[in-house]
Amino acid sequence: MFEDIQKLIFGRLTLEDFVHEPIMAGAGISMVAALVIAIIAVTYFKKWGYLWRNWFTALDPRKIGIMYLIVSGIMLARGFADVMLLRAQQVLNDSPELLNADHFQQIFTAHGSIMIFFVAMGLISGLFNLIVPAMIGARDVAFPFLNSASFWLFAAGMILINAPLVVGEFSAAGWLAYPPLSGIEFSPGVGVDYWIWSLQIAGIGTLLSGINFFVTILKMRAPGMTLMKMPIFVWSVLCSSSLIMFAFPILTATLGMLSLDRLMGMNFFTSDMGGNPMMYINLIWAWGHPEVYILMLPALGIFSEIVATFSRKRIFGYTSMVIALLAITVLSFTVWLHHFFTMGSGASVNTFFGIMTMIIAIPTGVKIFNWIFTMYQGRVEFTTPMLWFMGFVVTFTFGGLTGVILSVPAVDFQLHNSLFLVAHFHNMIVGGVLFGAFAGFTYWFPKFTGFTLNERIGKYSFWFWVIGFFVAFIPLYILGIMGATRRLDSYDPSLGWEGLFIVAGAGAVLVAVGFALQVLQVVVSIIQRKKNQVGGDPWGARTLEWSTTSPAPEYIFAEIPTVTSRDQFWEMKQQKKDLRTPLYTDIVVPKRSGAGVVIGILALLFGLAVVWHMVWLVVLSLIGTIITLIIRLTNDSPDEILKASDIAKHELQRGTQ
Amino acid sequence: MRKPQLETRHDDVRYKSYIVGFVLSVAATLIAYFFVVNQVWPKDILIYVVLGIAVIQLIVQSVFFLHLGRGSSLKSSTFLFSLLIVIVIVAGSLWIMYNLDYNMMQMTPEQMQIYMKKNQGL
Amino acid sequence: MNDTPEEIAVKDRKMFGFWLYLMTDIILFATLFATFAVLRNATAGGPSGAELFDLPFILVATLILLTSSLTVGLAILGSTRGYKKQTLFWLIATFVLGAAFLGFEVYEFSHLIAEGYSWERSAFLSAFFTLVGTHGLHIVVGLLWLGVMIFRLWRFNFRKTDINRLALFGLFWHFLDIIWIFVFSVVYLIGGIA
Repeated sequence: MFEDIQKLIFGRLTLEDFVHEPIMAGAGISMVAALVIAIIAVTYFKKWGYLWRNWFTALDPRKIGIMYLIVSGIMLARGFADVMLLRAQQVLNDSPELLNADHFQQIFTAHGSIMIFFVAMGLISGLFNLIVPAMIGARDVAFPFLNSASFWLFAAGMILINAPLVVGEFSAAGWLAYPPLSGIEFSPGVGVDYWIWSLQIAGIGTLLSGINFFVTILKMRAPGMTLMKMPIFVWSVLCSSSLIMFAFPILTATLGMLSLDRLMGMNFFTSDMGGNPMMYINLIWAWGHPEVYILMLPALGIFSEIVATFSRKRIFGYTSMVIALLAITVLSFTVWLHHFFTMGSGASVNTFFGIMTMIIAIPTGVKIFNWIFTMYQGRVEFTTPMLWFMGFVVTFTFGGLTGVILSVPAVDFQLHNSLFLVAHFHNMIVGGVLFGAFAGFTYWFPKFTGFTLNERIGKYSFWFWVIGFFVAFIPLYILGIMGATRRLDSYDPSLGWEGLFIVAGAGAVLVAVGFALQVLQVVVSIIQRKKNQVGGDPWGARTLEWSTTSPAPEYIFAEIPTVTSRDQFWEMKQQKKDLRTPLYTDIVVPKRSGAGVVIGILALLFGLAVVWHMVWLVVLSLIGTIITLIIRLTNDSPDEILKASDIAKHELQRGTQ
Repeated sequence: MRKPQLETRHDDVRYKSYIVGFVLSVAATLIAYFFVVNQVWPKDILIYVVLGIAVIQLIVQSVFFLHLGRGSSLKSSTFLFSLLIVIVIVAGSLWIMYNLDYNMMQMTPEQMQIYMKKNQGL
Repeated sequence: MNDTPEEIAVKDRKMFGFWLYLMTDIILFATLFATFAVLRNATAGGPSGAELFDLPFILVATLILLTSSLTVGLAILGSTRGYKKQTLFWLIATFVLGAAFLGFEVYEFSHLIAEGYSWERSAFLSAFFTLVGTHGLHIVVGLLWLGVMIFRLWRFNFRKTDINRLALFGLFWHFLDIIWIFVFSVVYLIGGIA
């Protein structure tokens, strides 16, 4: 009877689920401890009101963007910790055994899932929010509340993916959880469920964000900014958003079906009763390939802005850059089978997708040449962002070439699921997305804080990252060609591969130093902020976001600028136009709203309830979500007015900048 | 301010649009139903006929109910792009999944079971 | 009373944003359709569509939903012209027809489950229940939304904001009927060919 009540309230959760073996327990305890310390600190300094009013309920895209960056930064640390454990295990090679097989599998699953969904996606979402509205001469995104809800869904997903450190276990099925391993028969525990619902919830947030930015860019540009006058970064966000809109529903449906298999005994991907696990692989990669372009395109856009600014020249070949972005967008839906060349398909299918994969490399190559031509005969300044660009060119091109190698099905039969593949995709994501995000972060940091990052530490960090990256991954290319399979926690010592793993491990340490230096850079810069204060345009840039103060006021632009050319801000500077205007009007801004936070909390509760089979909580959280949505969506007065007089006061203070 | 009326204004263009769309859709539905229930053609052809009628009804409802093609070209272009992706996903999946059996001696799972049982121990 | 340019711009954005959401929903359904198509013969020794589906029954349900698409269109038209009683009439008609459609679905599902042909029986049935069930869930959300709209339009006497929301609902409801065209054609008609 007592047991029945316990089952009813707690589902399949028991006290046992809080017990973990030492490393995981240590991680869980430190995480909770850090959280508790943070809560105590905020309470002690009486900052809850401030946090709630100015950050959690803010619908200002810059605030939301910074919150995304903070969460992504924390997740980068977690993903990194996972890497160090994995590398250490491979260096030690079971003498002694640092991680047993099950633990190793949970860690590489966590590493991949966190890095892609909560670091890379979070970084680009953060940069979208921080930059896009100002860059197109708008004051906000199209749907500010949706923006907030998207962030809090992302945060809920982040909590769900970290919860296994404290209660339960994580998935051991890899970052894409192929069935039948991820089905209920072979993974009966909570791990895969945590994985599914963390991604589902964060995925919905991303999908809504995609819609938000697509509408923002198409409908809220400053007057005169035609599509062909938009900065290339805005084009890249437009393309990335359209990929999000058309690819993420595939993920939602596929994860949904896997969940139905697990929860309701369905047979989509089981190995009997008619199920077809390959259909999962087919669908998940139909999403998965566009996903990597979702991450990549904004990084390419960031570099276009940075190269133009620091070469003091407009971007070379604007039209071909746009066409290349559009081509990549469309083509990214035609290559997905290259992720499973070896899984049974015949020659016709493999040939088609192999050729399409080779073709998609071409527009990317066009972009690289255009950047180089932009630099040619420009007055190039090698600031930290420009260094990240140089690092990107070398790293990403190298990785792209290995991609073309892999696109040949016959070669892929040798290299599929080897460490060569692992090295390739890290080359693309680290060299492309991460370096792009770091470059963008460094470049735009002064805009949203008002002071610059410490250049010297930035440069050191860059060198550690780039050199560390190559030291860490060239050995993996070699190992892959020699036949090393991925995802193994140890390799037979008689193979003589230990030396290469040690070198790779050393590389990982170098990268870790690079990351630590980045954290140090931010801390030092904050401490030294009074010394490094800058005005609106510290780099001598070209695009509209630099025409505001740093940071910009809540309304961003007192008067929406009129655009007549590309690189409008640059043109305005050349013509020495006064950017202030004598005529101010009332501006409508959205009121703060806690509904986004509430929805995030309800989504988190829903996720936990489904994972642990707590039916009552599933029902309650669903009802709560519906009620919250009805209340928020029938709110007829969500906005408030900023009076012209207040705006005038603020703008007149600008004279000192 | 006109006094609101209770009757539907049958001569209004917009109302016409819905009525016409409705009638055409009902017709398409009944025709497709008739063809299937009476097995007017063999299965292979019937599949394409039914799909064709469905696409026609899609166009009818898009034009007469969703008013596509009038005004905003953004709606039409995003709709067409979505349909393109739908075709890629559905046709692509069917092609790939069918092709995965390319190397499998063209047997059903049950036939494969029998074959493997017969040849075990070799 | 005409909208300001700002109000028109906001309404336009919301319409476009909602339209895009519908596009993403199309992709979601496409994934479920693709899965159904791939698994259409995976009956694991169990019954196929031809053996299970009651086509006349589904035809009636289809025509009911189609009629509700007409009534919601008439309601939207009425709302933009200020015909309040007429609008409410057509909206309630839409609700009744939608609920009736749902009733037909629930009846069909419970009948199948009672006979032992639930979603656990085979991959084909899993795909069937999920595709048709997802559409049904969208109908449920639609009815909930419609209920709230009817209440608000009546209680707050046709505020502009509610009329704008009603236009979005109309899009949603039409979209559900468009999806049903393909469910009816692919799952029931094609799947039901003996």
